Amino acid sequence: MSITANEEFRPKIVAFCCNWCSYAGADLAGSSRLTYPADVKIIRVPCSCRVNPMFILRAFEKGADGVILCGCHPGDCHYSTGNYYARRRMALLFSMLDYIGVEHGRTRVEWVSAAEGVKFSQTMNEFVAKITSLGKNVRLEDLRCRK
Amino acid sequence: MQRIGVFVCHCGSNIAATVDVKKVVEMARLEPGVVHAEDYQYMCSEVGQAKIATAIHEKHLTGIVVCSCSPRMHETTFRKAAEKAGLNPYMVEIANIREHCSWIHKNIEEATKKAVILARAAIAKVNLNTPLKAGESRVTKRALVIGGGIAGIQTALDIAEAGYEVDIVEKTPSIGGRMSQLDKTFPTLDCSACILTPKMVEASAHDKITIYTYSEVEKVSGFVGDFTVDIRKKARSVDMTKCTGCGVCQEKCPSRKAPSEFNRGLSTRSAIYTPFAQAIPNVPVIDREHCIKFKTGKCGLCEKVCQAGAIDYTQKDEIITEKYGAIVVATGFDTIKLDQYDEYAYSQSKDVITSLELERIMNAAGPTKGHLERLSDGKPPKNMVFIQCVGSRCSDNRGKSYCSKICCMYTAKHAMLIRDKYPDVNVTVFYIDVRTPGKNFDEFYRRAVEDYGVNYIKGQVGKVAPQPDGSLLVQGVDLLDNKQILMKADMVVLATAIEPDPSVRSIATMLTASIDTNNFLTEAHAKLRPVESPTAGVFLSGVCQGPKDIPETVAQAGAAAVKAIGLLAKDKLMTNPCTAKADELLCNGCSQCENVCPYGAISYETKLINDHGVREERRIAVVNNALCQGCGACTVTCPSGAMDLQGFSNRQILAEVDAICR
Amino acid sequence: MNNAMKQAEQIREISGVNPYKCMKCGKCSASCPSFNEMDIKPHQFVSYVLNNDIEALMQSESLWKCLSCFACVERCPRDVKPGKLIDAARQLVVRQRDETYLSPDEIPELLDPDLPQQLLVSAFRRYRR
Repeated sequence: MSITANEEFRPKIVAFCCNWCSYAGADLAGSSRLTYPADVKIIRVPCSCRVNPMFILRAFEKGADGVILCGCHPGDCHYSTGNYYARRRMALLFSMLDYIGVEHGRTRVEWVSAAEGVKFSQTMNEFVAKITSLGKNVRLEDLRCRK
Repeated sequence: MQRIGVFVCHCGSNIAATVDVKKVVEMARLEPGVVHAEDYQYMCSEVGQAKIATAIHEKHLTGIVVCSCSPRMHETTFRKAAEKAGLNPYMVEIANIREHCSWIHKNIEEATKKAVILARAAIAKVNLNTPLKAGESRVTKRALVIGGGIAGIQTALDIAEAGYEVDIVEKTPSIGGRMSQLDKTFPTLDCSACILTPKMVEASAHDKITIYTYSEVEKVSGFVGDFTVDIRKKARSVDMTKCTGCGVCQEKCPSRKAPSEFNRGLSTRSAIYTPFAQAIPNVPVIDREHCIKFKTGKCGLCEKVCQAGAIDYTQKDEIITEKYGAIVVATGFDTIKLDQYDEYAYSQSKDVITSLELERIMNAAGPTKGHLERLSDGKPPKNMVFIQCVGSRCSDNRGKSYCSKICCMYTAKHAMLIRDKYPDVNVTVFYIDVRTPGKNFDEFYRRAVEDYGVNYIKGQVGKVAPQPDGSLLVQGVDLLDNKQILMKADMVVLATAIEPDPSVRSIATMLTASIDTNNFLTEAHAKLRPVESPTAGVFLSGVCQGPKDIPETVAQAGAAAVKAIGLLAKDKLMTNPCTAKADELLCNGCSQCENVCPYGAISYETKLINDHGVREERRIAVVNNALCQGCGACTVTCPSGAMDLQGFSNRQILAEVDAICR
Repeated sequence: MNNAMKQAEQIREISGVNPYKCMKCGKCSASCPSFNEMDIKPHQFVSYVLNNDIEALMQSESLWKCLSCFACVERCPRDVKPGKLIDAARQLVVRQRDETYLSPDEIPELLDPDLPQQLLVSAFRRYRR
């Protein structure tokens, strides 16, 4: 698994998408054939507020290089207020990650509606480019988790 | 240990062209728990579904993963197929290898690798799935409408017409609401009472509608389909079954100084009163604050003159408890208080009035019998000034940030009616913007300007100063002319902002329906579910949801009725099984989850817990499955990790994360 | 950032006003007792600031016609408060001219019994900083 200078670095990226807006937005990106790198893997959650900061820490621990959380636009949450909770929790988590040395660019919150396939693909392209430029996440990875 | 079957769909060439499905099958076989894996052209077809059923039977599968299109497309299809084959439908997971993989990637190797990982994540999740059962709850075939204005009446009529029982609860002595106070309606200028009264009569005569006037909702418990509501019927002091509505009591009542609510305090009424002539029910109420009998014990005149013997001074408030399947809120609006706007001299001069007061003045049953006259000296005005946006569109703390929506139109209406009836009266309107979208609305406003010669000035009024001669000095600005204007007026009419009726706050709390910062009830989705509250079984009708005019209110009332009927028509409600659940052993009853729950689904009970042999009473969270919508906000808030979401549990999501990062 | 933008920025800073909130209702000009004396009217102040045209504001007679009665500040429905903008522009001019501030001790001598009380109050408002 070690990365040599010759081998191209491909990041591992986990995207949490809420079922009602962002997951549908990702579906739309798919049906519109808007490409983004295969490094992004999506996990479906009912709402962005379901995402426990623990999930994100676990992803980093297991070797993810970037984590992005997508939810409905403010005011559009299917559960009316879930994305507000998500936003606050992530603000707190990200500043803590920053503090312990995980670059701010490795995490991101983005609002993507069900109609924004273009935005979804753009966001993912940007995010992958960002993570690629940041390189491998070494700060939080638990080496014992490596196989 | 689960026995998992993996089914990889080609989707014709949609998936198979970019993903090596055979490789996915092969790799899936290596995953823990997988006992069966196969691929097929179209998994969603009859044959594909049959393959799933066969595998379930033959391999005794306990869970399946379908690698196919988006779960938003065919999750229900495969769940049904699994259920038919005897598997719990919630033991099915979908790996989205079409929208999220084959359609967006070009490189086969890359796409296949990703598909394998997505399948792996789904398998890891299914390994931890537990069978879930959708609950059932019953539906009481009766609706409650809170508020008896045009919104409430229309909603009640529509629900009753569909054959369901409806109760209307109205806090004033009569139904009719604000619309009954209006004189004419825009843009057709037909008389408000002429179109409202038949509807009121229809509602009161309908055998499916029960009207509780002079009553308020006191307590609400239960949930969608099964609400229990306490209604306080305030003591009317008049026996509704005996009263004939002859009106003699009101004529004879010696206490006549109470301000008339119906006439916005511009006239007085007797202590025993019906708010207006067409009131429904036509049964008076004794206002105990102003009644001499109640104040001093002496009088009792109304009892003496009542031939029906309907007066009952001993009547007490009565609480009625009733069950409902659906609740429609139609609490309406009031105009804002103007104490913060003293530059317009509303409190200093009787000739500065609100538009709703002007409606009463223009109305034949109003304080001036429909004659346009100054309330201070009864003289007809020569110059009238209308000021728009009083308290609307204010982002300071004095007024409301929103546009009240109806003012531009009713001001055009007032200006037009006045110019029509009293052509010698000069009418000036100070406006910021004229907002008249709507069918025939802008034409209506233009008519006021072009045909009736109403003087519209783009600008605002800074101050209204009452003069010693009784006139009002109006200082305003004409922004297009860049000139300050000083003009004398005899009457000033303020287009006062509207706000939700204050009673909506307590009602929203009782219903756990959310309200915004302006006290308007929040809809479940601003665009797609505009007449539903996020709280299941609660629907919104009329201005309680946001400013709107009569046609919009009636349209929304109908829409709310349809939504309520749709609910009442069901015998049973299937509840979403993916609900939150608290681990009794971990929960410490801290109440944090209750605070974040948008549906009020979480309550607490004290329960005897056996914690590894220690038996003690503890306060623990209990989730009402009929109310919980499964957002998961509580699961993250819970400091002890007791709360988890079924179907999307912490362990399941972590398993997915692990599988992806592996 | 050119000088005009810098000045506009200064005006926003001193006044604490967000001119973008203005909805152009004109209530400030409708309330202003000095309206007829002014070359730039109170409601126009907002657009001058938005357009970074501060030089013109500083040349304007209006700065010295404003009574600082703060009627516009009180009544502005959007919290834009043109009076504060005028006040800020005035401060810019005063600072530019390098004028010294009055010390409170000097004031009693300068007091004219015929001065309206309002003027005193506004002078204190202006010079206390």
